[in-house]
Amino acid sequence: MENRKIEEMKKEREKWENSCLAPYMDRFGERDEMFETLSGIKVNRIYDPTDTAHIDYIRDINYPGQYPYTRGVYPTMYRGRLWTMRQFSGFGTAEDTNARWKLLLKEGQTGLSTAFDFPTLMGIDSDSPLADGEVGKVGVAVDTLKDFEILFDGIPLDRVSTSFTINPPAAVILAMYVAIGDMQGVPREQLRGTIQNDMLKEFHAQNTLVLPPEPSVKIITDIFEWGVENVPKFNLISISGYHIREAGSTAVQELAFTIADGMAYVEAAIERGIDIDRLAPQLSFFFNSHNNFFEEIAKFRAARRMWARIMREEYGAKDPRSWWLKFHTQTAGCSLTAQQPLNNIVRTTIQAMAAVLGGTQSLHTNSFDEAWALPSEEAVRVALRTQQIIAFESGIPDTIDPLAGSYYVEWLTDKMEKLAWNYIEQIRKMGEGSMLRGVLKGIEDGFFVKEISRAAAEYQRDVEEGRRTIVGVNRYTIEEKLNIPILKVDEEVQRKQIERLRRIKAERDDEAVKEALNWLRSAAENDENVMPAILQAVKVYATEGEIMGVLKEVYGTYRKPVII
Amino acid sequence: MERKIRVLVAKVGLDGHDRGAKVVARFLRDAGFEVIYTGLHRTPEEVAMAAVQEDVDVVGISLHSGAHMTLVPKVMRYIEEYGGDLSEMVILVGGIVPEDDIQKLKEMGVDGVFIPGTPIERIIDFIRKRVPEKKRGEKAKA
Repeated sequence: MENRKIEEMKKEREKWENSCLAPYMDRFGERDEMFETLSGIKVNRIYDPTDTAHIDYIRDINYPGQYPYTRGVYPTMYRGRLWTMRQFSGFGTAEDTNARWKLLLKEGQTGLSTAFDFPTLMGIDSDSPLADGEVGKVGVAVDTLKDFEILFDGIPLDRVSTSFTINPPAAVILAMYVAIGDMQGVPREQLRGTIQNDMLKEFHAQNTLVLPPEPSVKIITDIFEWGVENVPKFNLISISGYHIREAGSTAVQELAFTIADGMAYVEAAIERGIDIDRLAPQLSFFFNSHNNFFEEIAKFRAARRMWARIMREEYGAKDPRSWWLKFHTQTAGCSLTAQQPLNNIVRTTIQAMAAVLGGTQSLHTNSFDEAWALPSEEAVRVALRTQQIIAFESGIPDTIDPLAGSYYVEWLTDKMEKLAWNYIEQIRKMGEGSMLRGVLKGIEDGFFVKEISRAAAEYQRDVEEGRRTIVGVNRYTIEEKLNIPILKVDEEVQRKQIERLRRIKAERDDEAVKEALNWLRSAAENDENVMPAILQAVKVYATEGEIMGVLKEVYGTYRKPVII
Repeated sequence: MERKIRVLVAKVGLDGHDRGAKVVARFLRDAGFEVIYTGLHRTPEEVAMAAVQEDVDVVGISLHSGAHMTLVPKVMRYIEEYGGDLSEMVILVGGIVPEDDIQKLKEMGVDGVFIPGTPIERIIDFIRKRVPEKKRGEKAKA
């Protein structure tokens, strides 16, 4: 905007403040002394063109499909194709989960997303004493390729894309998926899906920890190197802020730490000599969508703009596709309340709308009963219907990035970007110029953990002291008796799963397993890429625990320092 | 001087959700209790061993894994095995626990179960009341 116009506007504003606002304030006042977002960003009474005068439309916002992609990575966004409705699910045995998946596909879900149980997530077999009581509880149990054969029975891999929330054993799960594709006769270059494969955020927040940080990054880089050659349509990582947020971070921390982690992975790949323009389209992101509606929308828009600039300007990516930040969103599990659970449907709706207004590529909406247990079928249906109502009834997806140009949203997008950059520069300094070293240093020093814990404690203090209202929890509470149906996992699952594992172990070719595991050990010891050996091991029915066991022997294990 | 109430905050099993455990630990410490946090991924044996060795008044077990019906009784069994006295030690469970299971855990001798959204103030009050009560040999009312 021209300076002259801005000056005029400022005068008009002053006039409004003095003649209109002030007398009204004198009489009625406002609800609070101060208003803030969940990240603690101070929210002004009103925003006008003077707040966004420093933002240049073409330079900073531009049209969708055009750098820096603030309005979306595709030129038509949801007018062309809606986001993928991808509900995360899995429980019990592979048979149970296969049945739930088929139901979801029948109900109109357009992609699959796998929840594994804790032993599988940690690379522990179902027959380990450490797995007792946890088999099939929070997701499906997978020990060998046999489980994957059942899981994908009747699901054609050339037609459905599957996302896997898996981290330390990501290489094993990717290998299993590729092996199933081979069995179904689907060419590897056609396989579509995502492995989460983001260990850095595990150290910051999610705590699925097996190997130490450096070898963890080494294996992730192996997956990149193998993946660009073999499965070029597969997302090799989902760089995740979701769990950072769930652990209690602010939206700004979520944004900053996720982008910082992304930069660390890119630097690791460049060090390995991987062509960044080949890898970048196979990177994806995963964010949380919490309750503060505009802050979330601003976060998504800021993330896209930051990543485009980073990939182009810092890392010299040439292909515009390398500048795109494509992301999955899940509504905030930590915002769900056990009290008055139906209220969660409303929270999830607001969060899902923020994700859509933020331009997400895929979305998981939480079910209203998840503060109590894994979701029941009815609750999952409502969650999926929430997305369908937004998609088909609300009109929200019918024009692209409808909130662009809102003085508040543009100001907040810019503000979040600036605050995130402050963190990134701090991390870069910790790494003496390297983001990879900076993030590793931050893990070693407990920087991320302390930052997130502090924010979590502050949030809780605000709730305890009533400064932050949570409807049904610290305000508008009622005496209630829970009458929602709760999904219970059959206690027989563990026994059945151990039985299957025993049978596989008895039937497989032990020599071939030994040979494959020896190959893996030597690859790890000689700093070679571990993917080919893991694929071979999976195909001869080595267990996930055996494969991870070899990696633990070579690289050692990690125990997180205790920081409250 | 009267001894401060000693609380062990424990993460047992494979789940890594430690937000609740850490926030509660911090608030209990601020409320004047002596708090020991086990860190992540402890086995029931390790938790029980820590409870007995540290001679705590309260063990607060945090789980978000759905494995509470297996792991909580195991912790309690090992506490007794290692010479701890469950008739005096207050056992609390926090996390995602369906209502049916809350009843069952209480029948097993768990003193209190706190689900997400519980004000920490309520946990603090519960501990202050229940610890001396249990030492006097009174039965839980809640």
